[in-house]
Amino acid sequence: MTATAKTEPEARPASAVEAPPKRRRAAATLLGVVLTGLLALGVLVSASNGAFAIPIGDLLASVGHRLGLPGSPIDGTGESVLWNIRFPRVVLGVIVGASLACAGALMQGMFGNPLAEPGIIGVSSGAAVGAVCAIAFGFTFAGNWTISLCAFAAGLVTVTVVYVLSRSGGRTEVVTLVLTGVAVNGLAGALIGIFIFYADNDEITAITFWQMGSLSQATWPKILAVAPLALIGLALAPTYGRRLDLLALGERPARHLGVDVERLRLHLIVIVALLTGAAVAVSGVIGFIGLVVPHLVRMAAGPGHRLLLPLSTVGGAAVVVWADLAARTIAAPAEIPLGILTALIGSPFFFWLLRRTRRRQGGWA
Amino acid sequence: MRIRRRRATDAGAVPDRPAAAAGLHVRLGGKEILRGVDLDVRSGEVLGLVGPNGAGKSTLLAALSGDLEAASGGALLWDRPIGDWSALDVARRRAVLPQAHRVSFPFTVREVVEMGRAPWAGTTRADRDEERIADALARTETEDFAPRPFTSLSGGEQARVMLARVIAQDAGLVLLDEPTAALDLRHQELVGRLCRDLAAEGRAVVIVVHDLDLAAAYADRTALLSQGRIASCGKPAEVFTAERLGGVYRQPVKVEPDPDTGAPRVTPLRRIC
Repeated sequence: MTATAKTEPEARPASAVEAPPKRRRAAATLLGVVLTGLLALGVLVSASNGAFAIPIGDLLASVGHRLGLPGSPIDGTGESVLWNIRFPRVVLGVIVGASLACAGALMQGMFGNPLAEPGIIGVSSGAAVGAVCAIAFGFTFAGNWTISLCAFAAGLVTVTVVYVLSRSGGRTEVVTLVLTGVAVNGLAGALIGIFIFYADNDEITAITFWQMGSLSQATWPKILAVAPLALIGLALAPTYGRRLDLLALGERPARHLGVDVERLRLHLIVIVALLTGAAVAVSGVIGFIGLVVPHLVRMAAGPGHRLLLPLSTVGGAAVVVWADLAARTIAAPAEIPLGILTALIGSPFFFWLLRRTRRRQGGWA
Repeated sequence: MRIRRRRATDAGAVPDRPAAAAGLHVRLGGKEILRGVDLDVRSGEVLGLVGPNGAGKSTLLAALSGDLEAASGGALLWDRPIGDWSALDVARRRAVLPQAHRVSFPFTVREVVEMGRAPWAGTTRADRDEERIADALARTETEDFAPRPFTSLSGGEQARVMLARVIAQDAGLVLLDEPTAALDLRHQELVGRLCRDLAAEGRAVVIVVHDLDLAAAYADRTALLSQGRIASCGKPAEVFTAERLGGVYRQPVKVEPDPDTGAPRVTPLRRIC
């Protein structure tokens, strides 16, 4: 108690121990600038490239025109390609990438485990079950929002189940988490299989393509259907930064420091479900973004969640926008499903992380 | 979910009896671990909890810290049942050093100690964060590690950093579960002196400790636990008698006053063949 302190030992000058966080903060600022720049550049390059090339100058002029600034619409089909095909796709990429990376960072903090990720532990597939169910049975009870809401609801159930199953004594062992993911992914795959079995041919094509993960379905109405979920989740996530830091000490020590752990857990489950539902509803399962992006940010800017969450959000958006550009230009005129591309790059990273985690913890603990 | 949201209050001055156990019974997994414990924790005093393995020392500490529900009776904090306080209110009054130390991500030592300041975020006391953190690092001799990741430290170093975090929390009631277990000789004594300093500042300090000599040297009072009850509580010189310790620990000992300090010194009687 400061009030009752009788013998206050002389305080050391704070500067002696202040240096490292300052360096980290500088690294974080730099990273934030770089990631934002990469995202902005990615949006421009991605919107201008494709089967129908639109010079960046014309693109900016068209955007300026629509914003009421000096500029002019693009002649011919360019204007329509840009506003009805390219921009929806890029915007969806930003939403999906930001949501997945933010959800990954939240889950890792919540499980106290760097391997937690919506794809690996089965939350994405869980949300996918809800979305596929809505597609296969042609649900329309909430109009345009139906698929998003079904994905969110199924995601919510899955996060809760995984959380309850994989925790013991206030922490999550790597093995338990990964094996729970195997089980949940297996069950989700079976359920999706059942829906496909009962679906007709058109629906099967829709489901199959969607299942591989792709931004090609992007349209403005679909974006409007997922954007609210994503925006609510993304806006709320950073407010949990400090509490997630404390959670790194374990549940009891976090409670000792004044965190209402039960309530925090409940809130985080809902936010993760919102973000995963938003990411999965239109674009299907795009894996490993939530694993790779927060991990790289942590290496550069430290593990503090107050920086990790916003930086991962921007970083995830940038990565998905660039990855989608690659997915649709590498094998042009064909298009590689984005989910397959991210899995190709993400899986080896997961192997590496798994081995490193094992080495650090001296076994599969 | 609770709608009512009470504002957490400042802890104010430490009362004479910041914590107490009254007729406390605690059951864990169907087994009764604490069987009627009455204990007052007083400010300005170091209270040592001693006793054999499984006697209920850590359980008593966990009940006092609000981690465990009482089967009957209860634990008081600032003269109110601890469960009636919000988590934040409790955190502004008591700090806890758990036995095991684990940090999930490579936070630096400084960041870990800074976490101890969390309960004061947004209050006027947050103005003194830097000062408190520097002070806690200095008092536990951990300043040199400050920029290093917590996970890269040895067990004893980690224990001292966690102690620094507890000190930075600046609570009136400090509960330490085996703070000396992983420490070398020098740092065991450092922790002992630190407990005395914290008590001299007007706080109440409760330590669970296995080393009876350490308890005798640094505690104002010791409570000897045996099978979920307090077998004896008082000044170490009164509690630590050869007969009583021999009975509770089922190990014959001899107790003699330390020639330098006069505190009782406990030596097991050994037969070397």
